[in-house]
Amino acid sequence: MSSPVKSTAAEKKSEAGTKRQTSDNRAWFGMKPKKEKGLDAVKEKVDSVVEKMEPQKDPEEEAAAEERRQVRYHSLDALYKKELADHICSKRLVIILVIVAALSIASVYGALTGIKSAMDAAASGKGDSFDTTFMFLKLYTTSGNSIPSYMSLIALIGPFIGLILGFDAINSEKSNGTLNRLVSQPIYRDSIIVGKFLASATLITVMVFATGIAVGAAGFLFSGIKPDGEQITRVLIYLIYTIVYICFWLAMSMLFSVFTRHAATSALASIALWLFFAIFMSLLAGIIADGVYPVSTEYQQAVNALKNANLNTGLNRISPYYLYSEAASIIMNPAARAINAVSYAQLVGAISGYLSLGQSLLLVWPHLVGLLALTFVSFEISYVGFMRQEIRGN
Amino acid sequence: MSEDYTIIRTKDLTKAYGSKVAVNHLNLSIKKGEIFGLLGPNGAGKTTTILMLLGLTEPTLGSAAIDRHDCTRDSLQVKRITGYLPDNVGFYGDMTGRENLRFTARLNGVPEGEIDGRIDQLLERVGMTYAGNQKTSTYSKGMRQRLGIADVLMKDPEVIIMDEPTLGLDPEGMREFLQLIKQLSVEDGRTVLVSSHQLYQIQQICDRVGIFVGGNLIASGKINELGRKIVSEGHYVLEIEVEPCDDRFLGFIGTLDGVKKVSKEGDRFIIESDRDLRKQITEFLGVNHYTLLHLRQKGGDLDEIYRVYFEQAEKEEANHVKSGKEHGSRKKV
Ligand SMILES: Nc1ncnc2c1ncn2[C@@H]1O[C@H](COP(=O)(O)OP(=O)(O)OP(=O)(O)O)[C@@H](O)[C@H]1O
Ligand SMILES: [Mg+2]
Repeated sequence: MSSPVKSTAAEKKSEAGTKRQTSDNRAWFGMKPKKEKGLDAVKEKVDSVVEKMEPQKDPEEEAAAEERRQVRYHSLDALYKKELADHICSKRLVIILVIVAALSIASVYGALTGIKSAMDAAASGKGDSFDTTFMFLKLYTTSGNSIPSYMSLIALIGPFIGLILGFDAINSEKSNGTLNRLVSQPIYRDSIIVGKFLASATLITVMVFATGIAVGAAGFLFSGIKPDGEQITRVLIYLIYTIVYICFWLAMSMLFSVFTRHAATSALASIALWLFFAIFMSLLAGIIADGVYPVSTEYQQAVNALKNANLNTGLNRISPYYLYSEAASIIMNPAARAINAVSYAQLVGAISGYLSLGQSLLLVWPHLVGLLALTFVSFEISYVGFMRQEIRGN
Repeated sequence: MSEDYTIIRTKDLTKAYGSKVAVNHLNLSIKKGEIFGLLGPNGAGKTTTILMLLGLTEPTLGSAAIDRHDCTRDSLQVKRITGYLPDNVGFYGDMTGRENLRFTARLNGVPEGEIDGRIDQLLERVGMTYAGNQKTSTYSKGMRQRLGIADVLMKDPEVIIMDEPTLGLDPEGMREFLQLIKQLSVEDGRTVLVSSHQLYQIQQICDRVGIFVGGNLIASGKINELGRKIVSEGHYVLEIEVEPCDDRFLGFIGTLDGVKKVSKEGDRFIIESDRDLRKQITEFLGVNHYTLLHLRQKGGDLDEIYRVYFEQAEKEEANHVKSGKEHGSRKKV
């Protein structure tokens, strides 16, 4: 029954006798392929095969299918709009906007002072020579005046936006007694969770683009740093990664909201996970790597250093925080050449220079796939859980 | 469709949570246009039954259908013609009553142009026009319940299922609310299934009731039929208050044949017997110069019906457990 194929008459007949499944549940499997191109292709193929096997199509069956599409569209549309309107009128949006504004303003200020002091130092011959090739990107990556860069602030605080939008998505409706009214409407149950996710994801997208562009614009206004085409492209790609990253946290917090009863529990659980990935994961990875490949003596260091570093990064990459930060730094810093530990031998003869956009992307596309997969898996789990849940009043 | 069309039908509908059987082989048929009361104490399985009827939970066994649509496999169609008022119905608190109704209308695919007219009409009908533009977080329980009815009517359902709709209403609100429910059936010809443990209230409006205890439907039928059945089985309860209320009177009652139990409730005696004692008692009172302050033969009302069937069910349960123990493993199915 896990075939992601829209139920056809033939399937229905064979299913009826074998396995019970509420039509709610089946609806979701019809929905799923939207997410993945590959599955879409498979679906089309299977659909065409089914069509060949069933040359005479029942017009009644067709009308019913059309009606189902209508219902799906209507309900998803209504739910999506309501969720969006809810968010826009909510107090939590104010909180998010305050966080984002403070973060952007502080980081632009920090970056500008940071860039200025580095330039001054270079001019007076005290510091390293200052590289002005990708000045615009430095607006996002430079820290200064002990204010972290925009990039690292977003990596740390961004998840919070996803959490705020998603932590009580389902369980608050349960405790308000609105969910059981909702699921008794003639809609597919999956529209509820999909609508919620899409509405929040829309908000995240708008917000990330708005602030990302605002930071660039502010930098340009105050310092006159002009971006070129490549830098703009890099920033846009970086913002897309940011959206996916925050959507992962949205999906994660929605997952908790499906499986916990109280909004407070799901909020705490998501914050705990956030802290774990942002802070403890790197410590843990270091401890495990040192345990497996100790590097305390000189000999051990000679033998294990590379393995230790590789294991360390490998473990760290389980964390979406690390995955995102690593990808962001490659995209935004063309001088970065590699993401794995590099031995001295590998460096010999390497020409120092910048990676082209294509080369940078080649390094980080697995990160995007990883983040998308993590998001998809969390969403999938909450999805299936939600579809199977029995919803009682309080 | 004929009047006798059975619109809700369950067949051996069973739901078990682990080893706990919440609903046990329920066979129910409800006719089009009738008000059916599903009565039972807490934990009887009323909500579980309703959830299965709406396809919100899967039966462990058996099946249910509303207007010939299978409640599990064709739940979308069932939800299209069935309105559900859950117990403790909730609304989006920072939306007004109207906005909440509009949202429901959109979910039901009501054409955009008709929505406002429908909302006006429904608010009028449930007497909530005055509060339509108020946020629902400011609503009282009674107002929420009324808005709930408007919400249910938005889809113009053929069948309305209400779970404990009268819970928490004041007597006046309750009376009006019951009248509203009655109208839904009498004026609109809709079928109504109400679950409740408040017997008296439900008794006023139900055409038929089913008494539900521990997952088992132990009796169903018209209320007066159930009452007659109890009386014919020899259950009489007499409520009496006399002046003076002395030992001599009590002693007399003790000498009567067929008395099963005498208890005192305030100034009144409750006499349970297996035959009608009114004639003998009034004669005794007349001869001995007592003043009769109150005399009422109970039975036939729901409370009594409920109590009697309840006791029977408990007795059966006890027997069942006993025989279950005796036969050891045989009980496992
Ligand atoms: N998820 C569950 N897991 C285990 N048992 C459950 C579950 N849901 C309900 N039950 C049990 O099923 C039985 C029937 O519950 P149900 O809610 O249907 O009763 P009810 O008649 O609606 O009672 P009330 O008047 O309190 O609403 C109860 O004994 C309850 O404990
Ligand atoms: Mg209940």
